[in-house]
Amino acid sequence: MKAVFKRPHALKDVSMHYCPGCTHGIIHRLVAEAIDELGIEGRTIGVSSVGCSYNNYEYFNCDMVQAAHGRAPAVATGIKRVNPENVVFTYQGDGDLAAIGTAEIVHSAARGEKITTIFINNAIYGMTSGQMAPTTLIDQVTTTTPYGRKPELHGFPIKVCEMLATIEGAAFIERVSTHDIKNIINAKKAIKKAFQVQLANMGFSIVEVLSSCPTNWGMNPVKALSWIRDNMIPVYPLGNYKGKDLEV
Amino acid sequence: MGEKLLMKGNEVIAEAAIRAGCRFYFGYPITPQTEIAHYFAKRMPEVGGTFLQAESEIAAINMVYGAASAGARVMTSSSSPGISLKQEGISYISGAELPAVIVNIVRCGPGLGGILPAQCDYFQAVKGGGHGDYKMVVLAPCSVQELYELTVEAFNIADKYRIIAMIMGDGVLGQMMETVEFKEKEEIITVDKNWAVTGTRMKRENNVITSIYINPEVLEKHNQKLQQKYKIIEEKEVRVEVFNCEGADIIVSAFGTVARIVKNVIKMAEKEGIKVGLIRPITLWPFPNEAFEKYAQVPKAFLTVELNAGQMLEDVKLALNGKNETYFYGRMGGMLPTQREILDEIKRIIKK
Repeated sequence: MKAVFKRPHALKDVSMHYCPGCTHGIIHRLVAEAIDELGIEGRTIGVSSVGCSYNNYEYFNCDMVQAAHGRAPAVATGIKRVNPENVVFTYQGDGDLAAIGTAEIVHSAARGEKITTIFINNAIYGMTSGQMAPTTLIDQVTTTTPYGRKPELHGFPIKVCEMLATIEGAAFIERVSTHDIKNIINAKKAIKKAFQVQLANMGFSIVEVLSSCPTNWGMNPVKALSWIRDNMIPVYPLGNYKGKDLEV
Repeated sequence: MGEKLLMKGNEVIAEAAIRAGCRFYFGYPITPQTEIAHYFAKRMPEVGGTFLQAESEIAAINMVYGAASAGARVMTSSSSPGISLKQEGISYISGAELPAVIVNIVRCGPGLGGILPAQCDYFQAVKGGGHGDYKMVVLAPCSVQELYELTVEAFNIADKYRIIAMIMGDGVLGQMMETVEFKEKEEIITVDKNWAVTGTRMKRENNVITSIYINPEVLEKHNQKLQQKYKIIEEKEVRVEVFNCEGADIIVSAFGTVARIVKNVIKMAEKEGIKVGLIRPITLWPFPNEAFEKYAQVPKAFLTVELNAGQMLEDVKLALNGKNETYFYGRMGGMLPTQREILDEIKRIIKK
């Protein structure tokens, strides 16, 4: 019999700890599929960070380093500079990347560091139980914005792709979503291309993935996916922000 | 034969690191140690190494974490306020058991303080400035020659034990020029770094570098393992200079730059018929307790002289364990004690 669907080799055969309806699992799979298809598992090193995906070193089949909150791009820089032939990626959430680690991501992009960042934006702090993130939407209720995020009190959402697109060293920037099959397929293409950009030594690459958090949004998984579509995408438009025409 | 050169302390640190096989330096400018970065920026490309000026001390120490994870000999350097920023990474590197060398050319604090020499980071270095139960090997050179030798040693110690080795100097040491005699070839230990993340090449299970252990039993075991390692280091890696202590009336303890001043005080005191000994810890951790125990019964007392409010004093008291009187004399804010001040203090104690 011909196998038509199987677990990517770059993903270990273990159960994940993520909440029901969370799309971290899907994104992990997309990253692993890209690694498999590019045949780079043996030379890939992942950097996990702080947040819900802190222990994804238990899920990916490649060498992994666990980094402090926000510092994954700096850690990845150290790893990549030692062995430039290795493929290095960071996997960071919005609290990690867009709050405490803003300097690290901006300057890694500015240096044109040849690393790939998978940036998970679910508009909330997941692991610490639903506080406001830099990406939290205006009027969104969180445990630290119980009356909704008000710009005059809490500031405005940070649009990471738009911000990083102004930086010369960033070669490839794309925002994708995981709320339906079509978009998941697009997300896969973007992730694979981000790795290819790194393999071609073109500079820094990042894919922002809009992701769901049913637990902290207080929704069922189905509603959470439509909430991405109806509420997040208008604020965080999908598409390529840099490197669309790069041939890799 | 090695070569003999007249060099600045900070530059010697960088040259020593390169000779010790360090090919990766990540740092951020801060006075009075920035010449280390200048030197690396020029020399690293010549030896095929990497010098990278990070966007902050925090980024720099995390780049060290990454490069050490990948199995490289790597270092960073800074001065007091910068070292405070690095504490997060220092704790993580210690938790993940990675080898790295960190140089702290101490300036005075607290806060921005000033740029002149001090020893006010003693507690931070030997008691753990970051969170968690961890230790670093802390080496305290007192000459440019020692900056060279101890920097080479720091890399060997770091690799051997998978630990941070910190060189703790001060602005005087970093900025002074002295002759330094380099060896023709350094003794570099080679260790198997099969734990490093270099890519599985599809030939082994994946390696993981981490400092997080959510299961309390596992984390306690990890901590016990660390403590066991620290115990071995305490047994094997103590370095101390014991000078003029046989038959001394009084023993002064001092480290780094201050110990040089004390050596002159010893000569001055001799002319006045007072025999002063010196115990100079070269490793601030592990602390040379045995040297203090050995001379605990010295007739008069112990005097600790430091460029702070009395930090090593606490370790001296612990080492003596009440077996003798301990006195302290210190200057702060970048002020250095004069030989006369220290001698007057010695005479005051002896008269008691």
